[in-house]
Amino acid sequence: MTSTTSTAIPAIEIHDLHKSFGTVKALDGLNLTVRPGEVRGFLGPNGAGKSTTIRVLLGLLRASSGSARLFGGDVWRDAVALHGRITYVPGDVSLWPNLTGGECIDYLIRLNGGGDKARLRARKAELLERFELDPRKKARTYSKGNRQKVALVAAFLSDAELYILDEPTSGLDPLMEAVFTEYIREAKAAGGSVLLSSHILSEVEKVCDTVTIIRNGIDVESGTLDELRHLTRTNVTALVGGDPTPVAALPGVHDLVTTAADGGTRITFDADNARIGAVLSAITTLDVRSFTATPPSLEELFMRHYGDVLDADEAAAEAAASANGAPAKKAGAR
Amino acid sequence: MSAAVATPSAPVLARPAFGSTLAGTGKLLRFMLRRDRMRILWWTLGITFLYAGGLGEYLLLADDAQAREARSVLISSPAMISMSGPGYGLDNYQPGAAVANEFTLWIVLTLAVMSILQIVRHTRSEEESSRSELVRAGIVGRHAPSVAALLLVLIMNVVIALASGATLAAQDFDVTQSFAMTFATALGALVFGAVALVAAQAYEHGRGAIGISLAVLGAAFLLRALGDIQEKHGSALSWLSPIAWVQQTRVFVDLRWWPLGLCVAAVVLLILLAAFLGSRRDFASGLVAVRKGRADARPTLTGPLSLAWVQQRGALIWTGLGLGVMWLGSGTIIREVPNMLEAVESNPMYAALLGSGEDMVRTFLGIFGLYIGAGAAAFAIAMTLRVKGEEEAGLTELALAARVSRGRWLGSSLAIALLGTVLVQVSGALALWLGAASTGYDEIGFREYLELGLVYLPALAVVVGLAAALYAWLPKATGIAWVLFGYIFLVGMFADLFDLPDWARGISPFWWVGSPMVEGVEASHMWGLAGVAVVLLVLAFIGFRRRDVPSA
Repeated sequence: MTSTTSTAIPAIEIHDLHKSFGTVKALDGLNLTVRPGEVRGFLGPNGAGKSTTIRVLLGLLRASSGSARLFGGDVWRDAVALHGRITYVPGDVSLWPNLTGGECIDYLIRLNGGGDKARLRARKAELLERFELDPRKKARTYSKGNRQKVALVAAFLSDAELYILDEPTSGLDPLMEAVFTEYIREAKAAGGSVLLSSHILSEVEKVCDTVTIIRNGIDVESGTLDELRHLTRTNVTALVGGDPTPVAALPGVHDLVTTAADGGTRITFDADNARIGAVLSAITTLDVRSFTATPPSLEELFMRHYGDVLDADEAAAEAAASANGAPAKKAGAR
Repeated sequence: MSAAVATPSAPVLARPAFGSTLAGTGKLLRFMLRRDRMRILWWTLGITFLYAGGLGEYLLLADDAQAREARSVLISSPAMISMSGPGYGLDNYQPGAAVANEFTLWIVLTLAVMSILQIVRHTRSEEESSRSELVRAGIVGRHAPSVAALLLVLIMNVVIALASGATLAAQDFDVTQSFAMTFATALGALVFGAVALVAAQAYEHGRGAIGISLAVLGAAFLLRALGDIQEKHGSALSWLSPIAWVQQTRVFVDLRWWPLGLCVAAVVLLILLAAFLGSRRDFASGLVAVRKGRADARPTLTGPLSLAWVQQRGALIWTGLGLGVMWLGSGTIIREVPNMLEAVESNPMYAALLGSGEDMVRTFLGIFGLYIGAGAAAFAIAMTLRVKGEEEAGLTELALAARVSRGRWLGSSLAIALLGTVLVQVSGALALWLGAASTGYDEIGFREYLELGLVYLPALAVVVGLAAALYAWLPKATGIAWVLFGYIFLVGMFADLFDLPDWARGISPFWWVGSPMVEGVEASHMWGLAGVAVVLLVLAFIGFRRRDVPSA
């Protein structure tokens, strides 16, 4: 997300994408951009259209209208050539039941042309050890988590320019999630781009530079984590000696709760980030004894869009999304 | 709970705690009966229909000394002995003796497979999934699931024995002998159920337990066949096989009960062994270490084509072997066809089926050609439609997300399916030749058998093409390919009987092949079939390139 990369061809560029299955609209005007070297979180609950988007990107599903490009190439027409530059980990990994995990990994690598054998062997050994995967078991005996590890090892073995990961850690334990995070950072350091679909918010917060939130097939919020946080509220807890009543009346303060505590009053409230300056100056006059302010977690961002909170917020979010979104490109006729 | 924590190192049967290790057996059994009520129903109906449908015609033997003579000669060839029994009552081959001699083997095999599958399903497979863990955490003894599964299989076998015994008796077979036969087969099957129970203790995975149990069943089949071929009424080798114990009761000829004692003894010993092994092992573990596979793929596994081969070769080998043995056996009776036909010529239905004309052997071979072709067609459809299963499992997605075009992916699967179909078809025809040649029948030569195999290939390509095109355009309607298969069979066997018009016969690609052994083949028909196959295959590729994966 530096200014130099923004001029390069985006790794993923989706504009006004629609996809219907019969009468069901799975995607309804989605916009999404991933620039080179960017790690973008793709958030949404089940059924929001995350997997459909990814399948369109992989050339598996044909878009009803709109454009989807990988490295500037058409995802449907140029699918095979583009797939040489990407790697994919599905959310629910299924493997060839009569191959072992190790065989599945080798096969997936070979489908994409393989590479330097000695280097691959060394790296495969390292990845298997880090992910604690026994490659000699038949795939039919693997648990969900182990099947996922097979796909992840194959993904990190490839020198892909773009990693498309659909809920890749849903079957992993926290230790393995940490290993996963480490490899994502390594991939990013090597110049790779990542689209990480997830509903594990802490994971997205940990590794992603930017986030797109999708709801009912359309991106409802999109931007860097900082930008998104700016649109929301900070949670403030303070122990004050003075009378907190004036704070409640300030514009931008919500849900103020006061409780009596040793040596004063404990107040907690949410403040609009846009007005946080005025709120802070008001509080400093109240004889502050302790003070904590927590930035909004992704969870709160997420909840706001799935909790049907405020219409005004929604409008603001959409304005922000189009400001941060991809430069408009004419949808190619299909 | 006291049962679950009983001393793990208990010797032999853990006798003091034995009662408590069975806690909950009744509840488990009731649950299994409920869970399997449809399976029990279908198995019972299936076996009963087998008795009802297949055995009535044996009654014709009662009034026809010539037919008895012909049949007993036919059944005395080594190939037929391997597929029937030790041959009691051949000198006066009455319906009962014939049923006992020719039918017992197949019923024991079928019920044994049922018993093996049921035992493993309710013991090792349950343990392998975590369902059994949930159950065993309750007031359920260590041996309860095994004993309940055994009781379930016992109940199923008894129900089937009662139903099929009644079916036999209803067809004018002697009542006592009928039930003696069906209960003896049930007892024989139970031996293999007990084998499966031991295997379920030994193997960590259900597939392994089923595999080794079926291997034991196969060995029993072979020992019995070899022994009975060695010596009339069986040699010592035969007596090693539980299948022989059932057949040696000489039911319907000179019934004796004591061979069944061997069955009972074997069941008891196997149960004790299973209990012993079960007491010594940990939950969810086996006694045989799981064999590890390869850590790295072979260098030959390079792409979709080699993977398709790896995926399909098992089915190809087993289908080829299974059908091959069947056609080989069929080949050995070709020599006897003229004698057999004398007996049936008076039957107008057979006359319609076999047609008329002097060279009935050729007509007969033509029918075998059709059977071989139909076997290959079923294989072709099953292998072609594998792509649908792969897509539903999400494997297609994984491959297409890599640098693999849709054409290459579909083409690889279809190429291997076509190759396998050709191999099954041609090897089938050659097995028929080998069977005939082994009995010294050489009036029809190798070349003609080979041609009989080859002429069906364009029609088989049409079948593959149709299945592929359905998969590409109407993946929900791939069942139509199986409807075509049924139709091919119907037209091939009964077109004359039903007086079907030519246009209706022409829907079956096999009809265009005609009667290759009698009239030769029309070259234009072959080209026409090949053309249709090419069009269907091209359509398949076009359709698959256009549609969504997975299909909505």
